Amino acid sequence: MKLEPFQRGMKELAPAIWLTALRRVQNPNRANLDIVLRTAGMASAVTLSTAMLAFPLAYYMARYASKRIKGFLYLAVLLPLWSSYLVRVYAWKLILAKEGILSWFILQTHLDWLLNALLSAPGIGGPSLSVSAIGIYIVFVYVWLPYMILPIEAALERVPKSLLEASGDLGARPGQTFRRIVLPLAFPGVVAGSIFTFSLTLGDFIVPSALGNSSFFIGQAVLSHQGTSGNLPLAAAFTVVPMAIMVLYLIGAKKLGAFDAL
Amino acid sequence: MHYKGSGNGASPLGLKAAAAAVLFFLHGPVWIILLYAFTTDEATFSFPPPGLTIKWFGIASQRNDFWEALALSLRVAATATTTAMALGTLAAAAVYRSRFFGREAISFLLILPLALPGIVTGIALRSAISLANIPFSLWTIVVGHATFCVVVVYNNVLARFRRMGSSQIEASMDLGANVFQTFRHIVLPHLATALLAGGMLAFALSFDEVIVTTFTSGQQSTLPIWIFTQLTRPRDRPVTNVVALFVIGITFIPILLAHRLSMEREETA
Repeated sequence: MKLEPFQRGMKELAPAIWLTALRRVQNPNRANLDIVLRTAGMASAVTLSTAMLAFPLAYYMARYASKRIKGFLYLAVLLPLWSSYLVRVYAWKLILAKEGILSWFILQTHLDWLLNALLSAPGIGGPSLSVSAIGIYIVFVYVWLPYMILPIEAALERVPKSLLEASGDLGARPGQTFRRIVLPLAFPGVVAGSIFTFSLTLGDFIVPSALGNSSFFIGQAVLSHQGTSGNLPLAAAFTVVPMAIMVLYLIGAKKLGAFDAL
Repeated sequence: MHYKGSGNGASPLGLKAAAAAVLFFLHGPVWIILLYAFTTDEATFSFPPPGLTIKWFGIASQRNDFWEALALSLRVAATATTTAMALGTLAAAAVYRSRFFGREAISFLLILPLALPGIVTGIALRSAISLANIPFSLWTIVVGHATFCVVVVYNNVLARFRRMGSSQIEASMDLGANVFQTFRHIVLPHLATALLAGGMLAFALSFDEVIVTTFTSGQQSTLPIWIFTQLTRPRDRPVTNVVALFVIGITFIPILLAHRLSMEREETA
């Protein structure tokens, strides 16, 4: 993929766009800036968590699974990726509801003190898991996880076996081989996956609307400003934020060689 | 000491357990819907369900708003997929066959709608449609969906073009077939399964799309928008459960078929 035209364009346009967008987003108080920071923070947390969850399954698929099992696992990862995203969000609405299965499970295991402590935490808590930042975070991790598994698996698949054997022959313990050989070689895959998880979280308004409260995310701000209040310029200014972040992100990812892992 | 993971040796138990847990996390939640479609509880999402019933299926099937949303979704998905199949194939053929100025930029621009957040595509389309004074309709939704459906078809068809090679096309032309005959008898049969797989995935994507649709639809609601309304303001919980189950069923079929088609492609290639 060629990014040069974009880089050039952004270099010329960026200062002007940024200033206008920032001025719009910053006025009249910090509320809009908070929306941006909240969304970026959520996107980072979700990206880190999906990478950590994706790794074991991707690693198992790439290194240990037989051809048959690999095909099966591949389908098992693809199916949620292509199947209805809304329905998968809806499923979590059922699970996280105050009277739902997770609360039931927590009551059975007498962990309700932990849940209550989490829910009463400022900033991330709420009246129940289905109306809280924790809930939003869980659902984001769930819906974007396949986007992270596939590129990591592809990157791990390309780690030559001979390198691992050489590392072992030279006296490295499995842990050392993993840290010094496997992880660095899989990193472009993680970056490739993070492009999706980051970008998708930045632009989403479904999950925060379904499980959030009045603390808006960028997507919700865009939706509400273009809709009822009819402030299309402010809505457009908000979309500049994810666009700018993604352009910088893509340029950085290209430098790290992430596009070879797609 | 040898690296334990080399060869297809046994995997560490911890890794296996972690992989299984992740797999459960990916698939467990959807099964919850299956259970809730039968619950007798109509006001809350209580677990365990107080009782089981099948009456919601009958009630859901009499809901006109559901049928209208479904009909609109199917029409949009069919139109967007057809458009995407035509445009995606043409774009793939152009990028594969010829070298021209801006070729790299075109493949980048085609992939961009997938990489950019949906709200960006959405607000761009909404502004453009408003500026041009076009009334919001089925067609504005279709245009919105086609932006990302084209990519799916394009990727599938381009991959097939690359695998196909040019000798058969050259042979056909040498034997006197004109461009259209060659396309009909040589190129199209080669592309058929790739087109079908790409088309089915495009259909599944369009059928499920909600973010771009929110910006490009006027008053109409597609099935995803109907579900989204229920998500934010739950009024008909039991009916929503049944609809959710129905949507899972209807989207799994094309995905499994598309997967099977691409498997066959790998075997024959």
